[in-house]
Amino acid sequence: MSAEAPTAPLNRRALFRMIGAAAGSAVMYQAMSELGYAGESGYSGPIRLEGDARGATVLILGAGLAGMCAAYELRKAGYQVQILEYNDRPGGRNWSLYGGDSYTELGGFTQKVQFAPGLYLNPGPWRIPHHHYALLDYCRRLHVQLEPFTQVNYAAFVHNPEGFGGKPRRYREVQADFNGHVAELLSKCVRQNALDQAVTREDREVLLEAMREWGALDRNYEYRQGLLSSERRGWLSDPGGGTTSLPTPSEPTALSDMLQAKLWRYIAFGHIYEFQSMIFQPVGGMGVIGRAFGRELEGVIRYNAKVTEIGQDERGVTVRYTDSRQGGTPQSASAQWCLCTIPASILGQIPLQVGAPLKNAIDALSYESAIKVGLQFKRRFWEQDESIYGGITFTDLPNALIGYPSTGYFSDGPGVLLGAYTFGANSFQISAMPPEERVRRTVEWGAQIHPQYSREFEHGVAVAWHRVPWTLGCAGHWTEELRAQHYDNLCAIDGRILLAGEHASRIPAWQEGALLSSLDAIRRLHQRVLASGGAA
Amino acid sequence: MTGRRVSLRAPAVVAVCALTMLAGRLAVAQEIYAGKFPQQSGEDLFRNICQGCHMPDAKGATGAGSYPALASNPRLAAAIYPITVVLHGQRAMPPFGESLDDQQVANVINYVRSHFGNHYKDQVTAEAVKARR
Repeated sequence: MSAEAPTAPLNRRALFRMIGAAAGSAVMYQAMSELGYAGESGYSGPIRLEGDARGATVLILGAGLAGMCAAYELRKAGYQVQILEYNDRPGGRNWSLYGGDSYTELGGFTQKVQFAPGLYLNPGPWRIPHHHYALLDYCRRLHVQLEPFTQVNYAAFVHNPEGFGGKPRRYREVQADFNGHVAELLSKCVRQNALDQAVTREDREVLLEAMREWGALDRNYEYRQGLLSSERRGWLSDPGGGTTSLPTPSEPTALSDMLQAKLWRYIAFGHIYEFQSMIFQPVGGMGVIGRAFGRELEGVIRYNAKVTEIGQDERGVTVRYTDSRQGGTPQSASAQWCLCTIPASILGQIPLQVGAPLKNAIDALSYESAIKVGLQFKRRFWEQDESIYGGITFTDLPNALIGYPSTGYFSDGPGVLLGAYTFGANSFQISAMPPEERVRRTVEWGAQIHPQYSREFEHGVAVAWHRVPWTLGCAGHWTEELRAQHYDNLCAIDGRILLAGEHASRIPAWQEGALLSSLDAIRRLHQRVLASGGAA
Repeated sequence: MTGRRVSLRAPAVVAVCALTMLAGRLAVAQEIYAGKFPQQSGEDLFRNICQGCHMPDAKGATGAGSYPALASNPRLAAAIYPITVVLHGQRAMPPFGESLDDQQVANVINYVRSHFGNHYKDQVTAEAVKARR
């Protein structure tokens, strides 16, 4: 066919804009994959460390998931293990805040959590994708009960204060309208022979049929108000029974309005590998996993130990530490080997006897900003008034999203929302506020989406990860260039010391990354120990 | 942290109105790339960024690790040092070269170098910042 297809220029431009929108998310996903944000888990069942380690000793720094996983497995393989942990609890970033807890961030700002019994905020990780095989397997082995975490909820909102007069739209409307309009445009191109170079004659009819089904188009390949589109985007009034049964179709948003409001950005999130169903959460809060590991390792973990120096020679490792609450006289712990899971943000400040390649790798990682704010309301108005059961509302406001609890549905009494989960520039600005202002602002932002906020709000807790005393940030920030230059060095064994944690993985900021990093580290350590004749 | 993300990355474009509200300004409907800061004066920039880690009194803080004090800090004597650190980051400190323009970097450094017990008289210019990018 001719390159001069008889397509109306306006339609073609509109199509390109749509494709651009879709390509944007694809490009974003590709970038995320390259930076290791969307890597696949390489777990294939419980690790087997075969061969006699002859009681070799390993000192593990940090009782987060990486450190505790290593201790659990190494002990099972015949090693003598000890963990030093800065906090007074196991888990690290695997952490839940409950009523009665007190949290003091850097600068001395203390928050007393007043959530009702059973309610919690996960300041760190809050969801477990179904392909995070290692973490799910440890949950199984540690008898941590899991329940579904809802990521995509068609009844939740997408919101842009600049679009549709600031009125939030249901996810289902935005998705249906986006798909419908794209399908209509594509059908138009196909029927006007504009895509004959890309689509064979045989595929043409199939594609048209697919567009009609996918986009809920009518027999004229149009996306318009009617039964078909309302089956996707919802009704103005739902079908009923008896004498009041006639439904009223809703009116699709005009293409241009929808494009300009930019709400389509948020419908791509659920397509991302980590956010595809099924996703799980532990019953009772993410911190249940850390506590389960902690119970297994009772007596192995020394809490409130602040590491101040890490030295090594050809025979072993000596670590100096003080009491993290009171300071005082430094004590020391020694072992033949050291697995260090201290975040690079902290480790870079501790005198550490390693070679330049590892030291440079540690110093190359900056730590990202992130904010989470938990808000308790007197009642679950999002369920009672808006039929939102779990899932996420996205907004262009600084709070970025509202996460509804994926548990305790239909219960009377209070509920806790994730009122803000913010990265980037907004996150820095919110971190710079005192905690009570973070909470107050988060309530103001949310009230633009749920007016019930103002009347129902009771209490909030705000965790700014740059103010967390034991991480100084939420996760290590890798770029492609940094990975190429430093990643292998960060993971390499330096004498008798090696690192593990989310920062030493290609699934950064995810618990799965911490576990896989740890399992890989102890596998290499075990080989090294066997090669050197076990304990010797 | 998520994940996320980190994993939950902000979209490439955000409405600036959100940011300006944060800064207590009038909402202006315009778009910017995510990660830009709207504040212009040195004091506003300090109050909305730096004090998150270096604390409102600029004296830093200590937990398992530390944030260094900017107050009375002799390392600020040579302006090139804070320029380099702010633009490119240092160890755990994130770089701000992408999220602040030359004038913003100059303004915040001038503010810190003339407050909190620092009395450096020379002014950092946007040109001096640009030269270090």
